[in-house]
Parts: sequence; C-alpha cells; structure tokens
Amino acid sequence: MALLQIAEPNAAPAPRAHRRAVGIDLGTTNSLVATVRHGIPVVLPDAEGRPLLPSIVHYGEPAVAVGYPAQDALVADPQNTIVSVKRLMGRGLADLSDARRFPYRFVDAPGMVQLGTRSGIRTPVEVSAEILRVLRLRAETSLGGVLDGAVVTVPAYFDDAQRQATKDAARLAGLNVLRLLNEPTAAAIAYGLDNASEGTYAVYDLGGGTFDLSILKLARGVFEVLSTAGDTALGGDDFDHRVYCWALETARVGPVSVSDTRLLMLKACEAKENLTSHASTPLVATLSTGERIDLTLTAATFASITETLVAKTLGPVRKALRDAKLAPEDIDGVVMVGGATRMPQIQKAVAAFFGAPPLNNLNPDQVVALGAAIQANVLAGNRARDEDWLLLDVIPLSLGIETMGGLTEKIIPRNSTIPIARAQEFTTFKDGQSAMAIQVVQGEREKVSDCRSLARFELRGIPPMVAGAARIRVEFQVDADGLLSVSAREQTTGVQAAITVKPSYGLTDADIARMLEESHAHAAADMELRALTEARVEAERLVAATESALAADADLLEARERARIDAALAAVRRVAAVSDRHALTAAIAALNRATEEFAARRMDRGVARALTGRRVDTLAQD
Amino acid sequence: MRAFPSPGGEGEGGGPDSRASYPLPAFRAGVKNMIDFSQDYFTLLGLPPRYRFDPDRLDLAYHALQREIHPDRYAAAGETERRLALQSSARVNEAYRALKDPVGRAQYLLSMRGIDALAERDTELPGRFLESELERREAVADAHAGRDVARLGALLEQVRSDAAALEGSLADQLDAEAWEDARSAVRELRFLSKVAGDIEAALAEVEG
Repeated sequence: MALLQIAEPNAAPAPRAHRRAVGIDLGTTNSLVATVRHGIPVVLPDAEGRPLLPSIVHYGEPAVAVGYPAQDALVADPQNTIVSVKRLMGRGLADLSDARRFPYRFVDAPGMVQLGTRSGIRTPVEVSAEILRVLRLRAETSLGGVLDGAVVTVPAYFDDAQRQATKDAARLAGLNVLRLLNEPTAAAIAYGLDNASEGTYAVYDLGGGTFDLSILKLARGVFEVLSTAGDTALGGDDFDHRVYCWALETARVGPVSVSDTRLLMLKACEAKENLTSHASTPLVATLSTGERIDLTLTAATFASITETLVAKTLGPVRKALRDAKLAPEDIDGVVMVGGATRMPQIQKAVAAFFGAPPLNNLNPDQVVALGAAIQANVLAGNRARDEDWLLLDVIPLSLGIETMGGLTEKIIPRNSTIPIARAQEFTTFKDGQSAMAIQVVQGEREKVSDCRSLARFELRGIPPMVAGAARIRVEFQVDADGLLSVSAREQTTGVQAAITVKPSYGLTDADIARMLEESHAHAAADMELRALTEARVEAERLVAATESALAADADLLEARERARIDAALAAVRRVAAVSDRHALTAAIAALNRATEEFAARRMDRGVARALTGRRVDTLAQD
Repeated sequence: MRAFPSPGGEGEGGGPDSRASYPLPAFRAGVKNMIDFSQDYFTLLGLPPRYRFDPDRLDLAYHALQREIHPDRYAAAGETERRLALQSSARVNEAYRALKDPVGRAQYLLSMRGIDALAERDTELPGRFLESELERREAVADAHAGRDVARLGALLEQVRSDAAALEGSLADQLDAEAWEDARSAVRELRFLSKVAGDIEAALAEVEG
C-alpha cells in the first residue's frame, strides 16, 4: 500500500503507527540486528553495548548459551559448541568437502546433515534459530514490543536449499520474514543510499565462510542486480585454516585433539587479524599435551600460504563480469564487504584486478545488516515520502529438470531477474505411460548428476496415450526471496493433476509448529499468547492498509462492494478486541477475500499511472 | 544494453502518432490481475511493436511498472495483493527480458505474426553460415584444449561483433517486413548466441 502515499500526495492516508522492523545479518562468524531509527539505520547492541553476536551456540548442561557466553566453551567443549553453522545450512553430509575440519558428531540424514549434541540431535536450522532468537529478543527489548517483521540476509550465491533452510530458521525463531535479501545487495543499498551514487558497482563480499560478487547498476533510484557469482564455501575461515595448517607443519606437531584444533584455529584467526595492521605476529599456544607452539608469522608468509584462496575469489569476479557483459574498466567502484576484506592481500588483489582502489568507507562488518534494516523498514510499510527506490535482484543459479538420458533442461537461466515464472512442455516417452517422475535441479552443468537435486515428485493419472501425445506443462515460479515452487499439469485431457512441491529439505508449516512446541513444551500458554499477538499485529496491518486504500481509491468500488469491505473491516476490528485467535485469523482471511477485486482494480490503476508517468518522462526527453 | 542497435533517428520511427496508436492499458473492471496478461509484451511496456526502439524507453517503462507492482511494494499488504504482485511482476520481468534481448525480441515480433522462428523441426541454416561456424567451433575447441584464455577471449569478442552486425541486418529485415529473411537471421543469431555461451562456459572452466 505504500505506493499510494507516494503517488497520491493529496490523499489522506489513515495515520498509522511506526512498524517495528529489523534487518538481520545471520553471518558465519558474527550476526547482527539493525533497525531504522528516525530515518537512520543503526545496529542494535546487546545490554553490554556490543554490536556483534558471535554466531556460536553451546549446548551446555542444562542451558543453551549463544554468543559471547558460548565462546568460553569453544576449546573446553568443542563437540557441543557449534560455530560456522552457516556452512552446514541446506547441505547434506556428502556436500561437505571439508567435513573433517569440523569437530562435530555429524549424523547423516536425507536432505540436510544433523549434529549430535548434548541436547540431542539438532539440525543446522535449529542451531541457526537459536542465534536468531537471541537477536529477536534483543530487538524486541530495544524496540519495546513484538516485531512486525524482519529482513534476513543470505549470501547471493546461496541455492534454494540454503535459502529455504535460512527462512525456516527465522520462522522457527518466531520471526515474520518479510524478505530474504542477498548480502551484497543489502550492502549496495546501504552504500548507494548513503552516497547518492549512480553508476555500475561491484560488491566484493568475503565473509567468514561465504564469498559473493554482485554487479549492480544504480540509476534513477533503482538498484538493479545485473549478475552475481560466488562460492558458498569460501571465506575468512579458510584463511584461518591455512594458518592452522602452516602452524602444525612449521612447529612439527603431530595430529592434535579436537580441543587443540579449536585452540589453534582461534590463535590462527587472531594472527590473521593482527596482520591487517602489522608486518608480523606471534602465534603462541600451549597444547593439552603440554607441547608448546611458539612461532612468528610474517605478512609475506601469510600472503604466500593464502595466495590460492585469494586467486579463487577472482574466478567468480570474472564470471559475474562476463554474465553482465562488462569489462573491469566498466565498473565505477568496488564496494568491499565482510570482515575478511580487511586483509591487505585481498585489498591489493582487488585493486590490481579492477585497476582502482576499492571503496572501504562503510564498516564491512555492519553494512549488510544496515542495508537489511533499510529494506525491512520500507517493506514493513514505514516508507518515507521521499523514499522512492526499488530493488531488482536476480537468481544466482539456473533451475531446470531432468530429461531423458540424465541431462538437464534449463527452465530458468541464472541471473534472471526475480520474481519469475516460466513454463515448459514435456511429453511421455512410452505408449500408455501413466506417470512421470519430475526431478528438479539447480546448477549450471549439463548432467543432472553434476547439479544439485532440489526435489523429486511424480505426476500420476496421465490417461493412456501413445508416446509423445501427452502434453505435460511444468511451471517454475521463483518468488522475490529467490525461492522456487514447481507445479505440473497434463494439458490435453484436462486432467487436473497439478501439484505444488516444496523442496524436500524444506519444513512444512506443521513441522515448524511442532518444533516450536517441542522447544517450548513447558510454555504452551506463552505460545498461544504469542500467536494471538502476531495475529493482532497482522490484523492491525491489514486494517491500516485497507483504510489507506479506501482513502485513495474508493471511487473504484460500487456501493454494494464498499459495504462488503466495510463489514469485513468491522468484523476484524471487533474480533481483534477479544482473545480468540482462530476467530481473528478467520476474520483476516474474510477481509482478504473481500478486498481481492478491489486490490486488482487498484493495481490496474497503478499500472496505468506508471505508463502515464513514463510517457511524460519520454516526451520531456525527446 | 550494448546489445541494442544504436537508437538512431531512423530507428525510432513513428513519432508521437505511433505512440498514440498504442493506448495506455485502461482500467478494466473485473480484471483479476494487476496487469492484463492477454496483452502482448510491447503493449504491456507501452512501446510500438518494432524491432528498433530507444532502449532507454524500454528501461524507463520497465522501471516505472516495477515501481508499481513489485512484491516489495506489497510486502505489508494482504495475501491476495502479495500474490497478484508476484504474478504481475514476474510477467513484466519476462516481457522485459524478451524485448531487451535481440534474439528474443525478433522471435517475439515474428511470433506475433504467427511465425515460429525457432521451431524445432525446422532448424535449417545456410550452408555458408554453417561452414564458417564449423571453423569457429574448431578454433574454440582448440583454444579450450590448449587452455588459451587470451584466444578464447578474442573468439568471444569476434562472435559478439558478428552477432552485432547480424542484428543490424535483422533489424532492417524486420522493419522492412521481410519475414522470411528475418526468420533465417533469427536462427543464425540464436546459433551465435549459443556459441558465445559455449565460449563463456569454456572460459569459466579454464579460469576456474
């Protein structure tokens, strides 16, 4: 409804309360929550004033600790202290080439790997939800009430499984997810709105465990992502690991325990950070065996042992440029994001590649959360009158289905602007074939076995026909979160055999409800209260939206239609006052139905207005 | 954007009159979608159905439409509006993608006249074209086998510039309503764009 306030300055929108909206950067190493206060995005610190929340969860006895308190258990209790869980999101055990590097008790499970902890078996989704819950509580304390919604960021190169897992984690943490937002895009929003920039920018985002490179065009208030590329298993962690390996070799220490591995990884990370501002750094540790490691790491040695990692980031840089049909000299600026970009060898390599020094004027740890907060603020309905920007993002990997011979038929190519819907027709292979298996894959390779399988489902009840006569229409739809849904239908006979699949690793609403209940079994009443509060928030939002729509476009309605909407509005208001969540949910649904036609007409009007506006622009230019 | 023919004076034909003959989509009661899905892509984006037009105009129309209907504008709205926004925005993205891409635009223009330029049973290409493309393919394969990034880059440049030249003649053919010639050119152009894609994939593989 926000557009009405912009396009119709003379209309009198109903006054509404400021919505509590936050942006969350769920990072490999650290996580943050930010909001927009008085028009300025700010990171919300914890009670001790610390802006970062280390992404560490310790399953202790009996309590679960998250963040700084969990840090203390890193070395003492490595198997129950989960770090870098982001690397496990949406991944099966077979996907983890570096599984040996983690001290966890992995449990192989279909879809996504699980972790054996003191508190029982936990999925990466549940571990991430612990982190998100702490951030939600921090924000609710700071903003003084239940959140209306959150934008949660993901690496741009996250595939469907990783995105779905992130969204599930957020829902499990009790967040209303307004949008999943790509991290480099979030950074571009914060950067672009801050600098009022126009031009073509590259965002080089090297985080703790993921690397993204996005190319965006900023013009006339539109942030348009042209292409994105990356590696979801490349980040600062890998630099730490190289230092760790170097330390073991140099000190001639044999295999070490999981505790000592953790200790040395921490020391390696410290050494890496020291080298940002020093030419050399000590690396000293006493292992549990009594062995003592006492080394000096120079910046030159560090650069040489990590040279291949730095080079590895340049592959996606070239690929994104090629996909955007641009050369390095076409880029007006390179925005550096992520703590790992502080490393001097990274700065040097990027400067050499683009032939210009990169832009470092925003805090690389915070810029993603700040951009997410700006987007959340707008999506929740707090758009300021002069705030008229738009974001157009893309899907990072091609989507397709398996055809005969194990080959992939691409249906949606990578770097397509989202949302997008595409349909393609397929036919039967044998006479009388009555069912068809549809395997949905994501990736760039020709062979299905080289792509990631997202889901497999069967279309049944195809009437007997000769081979090649059936027409099966498979439709892919990718929403603004970059999430896919697929449906299939046999066309010739009118058999309505359409199904919509949710990828197999995703959680259903029932799963989420059950997990929430399990984790709060003792607090069922709290859960019910929370659900009611959320329904009220939703009711309030819908009433405000409808009122503002009526204020602007009531002339589109006949008296009878208006009366129906007014009645549904009144019903929502009436039911919201009493404590019956189910009645309220039903009243909200009824109001949604009553305004359906009205919504369509208003959008028609909006479209007509858009084209009128464009004509004026065009004529002015002629 | 660089894939477009230059918006020279003669390309942007028609003037204000041609614009007037493509009226704005009027508000219609009973339409269940934000946008009219029966409209062709040109009408949807308020452009004359020609191959040549000012690419800035396409971009402006696209951005103006997305400003109205993008799901981000309806994130706080009810379920119905969120669904309508998703469908409409997807449709506009598809229209923009088709018209922005030279092959897609030519193919779409032909399809508006009932000509399926890329029908699978009809993939004939002129012998001379195939011969030179065979040579190009060999050169690509050699460069790929030799992991010669510079050579692959040069071949990519070459195929792109050949495609740009072909686009120029395709534009002339379409504007002169020489449908058969245009149909053949679309197929050649599609072929070249596949070759360019193959070279890009080879480059990606070699560079890692």
